[in-house]
Amino acid sequence: MINLKNAKWNHYINYIVVAAVTIIFAILSLTGFLESSDKYLLEKIAIAITLAVSLSMVVGFLGELSLGHAGFMCIGAYLGGKAAVILEPMLGEWPALIVSLVIGGAVAAIFGIIIGLPALRLRGDYLAIVTLAFGEIVRSIFMNSSKESFGGSLGLDTPRFNKDILFIIAFVMVLATLAVTQNLIRSKHGRAITAIRDNEIAARATGIDVTKYKLLVFAISSFFAGIAGVLYSYSNFTVQSTKFSYNYSIEILVMVVLGGMGNINGAIIAATLITFLDVELQTILTGNLAVLQDLIYALILIVLVIYNNAPALKPFREKYNIKTFIGRFRPHNPSKHKDDEAKWDRVPTKIKMDEVLSVDLQVSSPYTPDKPGKEGK
Amino acid sequence: MSKIVLKTENLGISFGGLKAVQNLNLEIKERQLYGLVGPNGAGKTTVFNMITGVYKPTTGKFWLDGEDLTGKGQETINHKGIARTFQNIRLFNNMTVIRNVMVGLHNQPEFRCNVFTSIFRLPKHFKIERAMRDKAKKILDIVGLLDERNNLSCNLPYGKQRKLEIARALATNPKLLCLDEPAAGMNPHETEDLMKIVRRIRDEYNVTILLIEHDMKFVSGLCDEITVLNFGTSLVQGTPEVALNDPEVIKAYIGG
Ligand SMILES: Nc1ncnc2c1ncn2[C@@H]1O[C@H](COP(=O)(O)OP(=O)(O)OP(=O)(O)O)[C@@H](O)[C@H]1O
Ligand SMILES: [Mg+2]
Repeated sequence: MINLKNAKWNHYINYIVVAAVTIIFAILSLTGFLESSDKYLLEKIAIAITLAVSLSMVVGFLGELSLGHAGFMCIGAYLGGKAAVILEPMLGEWPALIVSLVIGGAVAAIFGIIIGLPALRLRGDYLAIVTLAFGEIVRSIFMNSSKESFGGSLGLDTPRFNKDILFIIAFVMVLATLAVTQNLIRSKHGRAITAIRDNEIAARATGIDVTKYKLLVFAISSFFAGIAGVLYSYSNFTVQSTKFSYNYSIEILVMVVLGGMGNINGAIIAATLITFLDVELQTILTGNLAVLQDLIYALILIVLVIYNNAPALKPFREKYNIKTFIGRFRPHNPSKHKDDEAKWDRVPTKIKMDEVLSVDLQVSSPYTPDKPGKEGK
Repeated sequence: MSKIVLKTENLGISFGGLKAVQNLNLEIKERQLYGLVGPNGAGKTTVFNMITGVYKPTTGKFWLDGEDLTGKGQETINHKGIARTFQNIRLFNNMTVIRNVMVGLHNQPEFRCNVFTSIFRLPKHFKIERAMRDKAKKILDIVGLLDERNNLSCNLPYGKQRKLEIARALATNPKLLCLDEPAAGMNPHETEDLMKIVRRIRDEYNVTILLIEHDMKFVSGLCDEITVLNFGTSLVQGTPEVALNDPEVIKAYIGG
């Protein structure tokens, strides 16, 4: 049984953990205990969490499959990076960072709305294809840009920022992403969004403004992807378009799926683990062994997915899974909780993968008719 | 005589060559319990789909409280005051019972609150959430689902799911509530109970109710007036006693 106290605790656990981790590493960093590779890893992890949490809004809560998240990040990285290059001499490094974060996020959000428009009519596989194409188009536009504008195939060099502080800023952005996402989801607006996911026809008939909410989710999700892009450009000192291929979109999606659809804490953990794995493999396997990086990475992912899903492993999983561990803080079965005052903003987070990826090949016609003669059972 | 809530004039729709509904003229008066009956495939659900904006009628028009709503979208029509339930139940399955009703309350003027109020957790957000919850409980009480409020809606038995759909539709504060086979799949005891609930909703919420039903006992026990549809056209209109005993109607049912 989870009582009121635990329910509140559950709401804030991820902020507390992220904030605590940030503070610990900030102290370590400012007292000189961290190597630059550690700081780089922390930046990467914060960026990955921002991406995974923002994508989980679209995939987990709105229930639309997007394969173009790296595209929004790409827009943020290039536009934020360019803004930083221009503004840094004029404004100084802090204002330039802040303004470029806003610009990168805002422009990505605008594109999020533009991509959200087809999402109003297309769904499932078709939307996945549109978003995938979007990501690739964005990437190739920047790749073919002139040297003066966005650096073309040479990439765009971006300003340097104090590395002792940059990862802290990145983690503050993680907290902002979490706050916006969770506060939105745990509100009447979040309820409307999950209603659209659960049954769009019923949501419309209940007067929910489907257009508004779909575009809102796409805008917020791509806003934070854009922010992650700006942080990425600061983290690497350079933006290379090759980074934002669809592989990377898939990688973000894998984080969301591994974390459990619509499970934000799961997405955070998956993003951390996958990024850690990725960066560590790159450091361990150098020289001739570098060819093994992708192979081992892929193998580990396959093992993780099997571990997460194989029916045979169920009892083992239930005993040792991270989710079960988190589950101590996180309610599973709402029917167990009778104290509804405490759970007024708790969100149903269970959604099955096959619901999200459901093969709904039709370009959504306005309505699937209630079959005549079917009275259900 | 009380005013007319829903009026349709020559309302009709064809799908390709099939004329699913033709020349339908209805006049439903305020606080009336109006029945729409007819054999399978007669076009009853299609009428609902037209007046709730799922389909655009190919001929004719309809008015709610004198306002022409022909061709308007589903959301708009709901905001204007027509709510419905579905023949094939469509609940928000990953939500608890009370949340389903709270989605219905989403657009009520007293619960308006913009996205930023929620994101920044302003006091208004908490106030509204609490008020919505209280209101939802009242509505659940009417349909007898108050004790189920924290269960997932997909775990409810069939009859209760139908009642929850009614509660959700009622939460949108409609002028006209359209119920598509509300008693389907219910046992006689539940049906009896449902009749009481429908009457109580009409009396307490002053809402006009249009319902489709195959259970003739339900229809004649509840409705003031009915229209019998057959092959998309209206056969007879009148009180249940008169209309259901009309030879044309008996023929349609036996023949169909
Ligand atoms: N979208 C559509 N496309 C083609 N035909 C349709 C469509 N919707 C309904 N129809 C047809 O319209 C006719 C009326 O269907 P409708 O669902 O309104 O019947 P009904 O009176 O509700 O029957 P029941 O009692 O079985 O629910 C049927 O012949 C049906 O096949
Ligand atoms: Mg029907």
